[in-house]
Amino acid sequence: MRNIKILVVDDEKIVRESLYNWFSQEGYIVRTASDAYEALKILQEEVYHIVLVDIKMPRMDGLTLLKKIKEIDENLVVIIITAYPSVDSAVDALKHGAFDYLVKPIDPDQLNHIIRNAISQKMLIDENIRLKRELERVYEIEGIVGESLPIKEVIKLVKQVAPTDVPVLIIGESGTGKELVARAIHMMSKRKYFPFVAINIGALPEGLQESELFGHEKGAFTGAIYRRKGKIEIADGGTLFIDEVATMSIKTQIDLLRVLETKRFTRIGGNTEIEVDFRLICATNKDLEEEVKKGNFREDLFFRINVFPIKLPPLRERKSDIPLLVMHFIEKYNKKMNKNFKGVTDEAMEILQKYNWPGNVRELENAIERAMVVGKEPLITGEDLPIKFKEEVEEIGSLEEIEKKHILKVLKKTNWNISQASEILKIDRKTLYNKMKKYGIVKE
Amino acid sequence: MYIYILIISPFSYKLNEESLCEIIYKNFNVSTIIKEQKIDLSFSYDPVRNQYNSSKILYKLLEILPQDALSLIGLTDLDLFIPIFTYVFGEAQLDGKVGIVSIHRLKDELYGLPENPYKLQERMEKEIIHELGHNFGLFHCENYCVMRASNYMEEIDLKPPYLCKYCKEFIYEKIKKINRNIKG
Repeated sequence: MRNIKILVVDDEKIVRESLYNWFSQEGYIVRTASDAYEALKILQEEVYHIVLVDIKMPRMDGLTLLKKIKEIDENLVVIIITAYPSVDSAVDALKHGAFDYLVKPIDPDQLNHIIRNAISQKMLIDENIRLKRELERVYEIEGIVGESLPIKEVIKLVKQVAPTDVPVLIIGESGTGKELVARAIHMMSKRKYFPFVAINIGALPEGLQESELFGHEKGAFTGAIYRRKGKIEIADGGTLFIDEVATMSIKTQIDLLRVLETKRFTRIGGNTEIEVDFRLICATNKDLEEEVKKGNFREDLFFRINVFPIKLPPLRERKSDIPLLVMHFIEKYNKKMNKNFKGVTDEAMEILQKYNWPGNVRELENAIERAMVVGKEPLITGEDLPIKFKEEVEEIGSLEEIEKKHILKVLKKTNWNISQASEILKIDRKTLYNKMKKYGIVKE
Repeated sequence: MYIYILIISPFSYKLNEESLCEIIYKNFNVSTIIKEQKIDLSFSYDPVRNQYNSSKILYKLLEILPQDALSLIGLTDLDLFIPIFTYVFGEAQLDGKVGIVSIHRLKDELYGLPENPYKLQERMEKEIIHELGHNFGLFHCENYCVMRASNYMEEIDLKPPYLCKYCKEFIYEKIKKINRNIKG
């Protein structure tokens, strides 16, 4: 309570002094202003929590000042005080965001209660703002970790498209973080306080796609025991994210196209048209143009959803981001698992850098999570990583290296019997001798 | 140095001076001198409100402040106000020298109850200690403490006549500092 700052705006000196003394004794930090212009100047220089404003003042009245204060900071608590109360001024004050309206002389107990309530409200507002910022920060960063050129380009596109309302098509291999990019776009858009609804069409059988998207009325089909809202209806005001859009049935494609054109839809088995307002973000790991050519995807829907395409690079094309991503996931799982991993050993990093990552960032995340479960703090070692990573590392190399290793392996297996080895290798003895010479292979 | 209690006559209540001095000493560790004086307070009278402006009275008390006073609290029968509020039980300078307490709204009979001199003495003592606390620089306190804000008589009855340990600590340090300054 002691750090609460209150500004008293009144043209009467005696009122300013009385309130100054009163609030000072409560331990608040108080400043006074004799007119609206002085108050506005003070508010531009310093942050205040509560402003008490007299209505009747020369040059600019208190209600005009209230409107101007709300333009500067709509969350600032303003309490109106007046010696000339009227219903009109009270309604006007509350309509323009005043916290309360007090009539002079004020009952001291009433003022104390109002100030305490105002402080509670201000604290809640501030906490709400802080939490929303925190949430935005989490979603902005999560999943779009990296400093490589390809990922910087993605971040640039996301920031560019997020504030607009245009449909976005995210193209990328499985595990590249398509849903996270869609969430980031949603969180940076004006729809961020409305729902983000994700549906993986690819995971649904054809018959279920429509009822999941559009919902259904009770008794619409066997098993429709209750009326159920579809994802489109739930996403009203927010963002609908359709993953694996290429796998959508032709019938569902037609219905979705109609919704996009009319902003209306009907639940399955229903008659009433429902209006909806949502932003559409689709994702695919297939070449949609190719699917259009093959007749698997409707061209008109493709044009509708492909207004702003964003291509996500596979992890193998941005391996320079692996150390950053690794640290990001270590921090994430340190918190979740209550562990204290500091990083990975050089050997483990080399394995991670050499691996091809067909499952992309998701596969990397899973590998780090698993390593943190099986490994010992403070560093993840090569031992903690799945065997397949290391196998692939061994196989990667020039043809000559692999040939040398393979010849050596066969010779060891045949106990250095040249005839048997050449038979297995399907080359003649002379060629085998030549290769052994070339690679410097001698019996151990 | 003393704490002065100035009874502004005419004053309708027979004060238990011994009890008042004792409670002040327990809280501030300073001796009290009680005086009675007739002062014309008509300059602070507001005929519209039929009340007396306590802020104006404080200026008058400053004029008659004795040299050896750490603090002076006026005690009156009159109904007090400060312009923005409907009434006050008392007013004091924060970190200053003077304060005023009114017993007008501390009497049970104002609320239709039978006279209760014992309760009145208790309330008056609490309000005097409260205003003295402001004089020594104390803010309102959230603890079970005489410095708790009280705008209704019930709230005065609910709080103790003593400073909480934090306020007490503050006062001892403050008085030590004042004494050092006087000696130095």
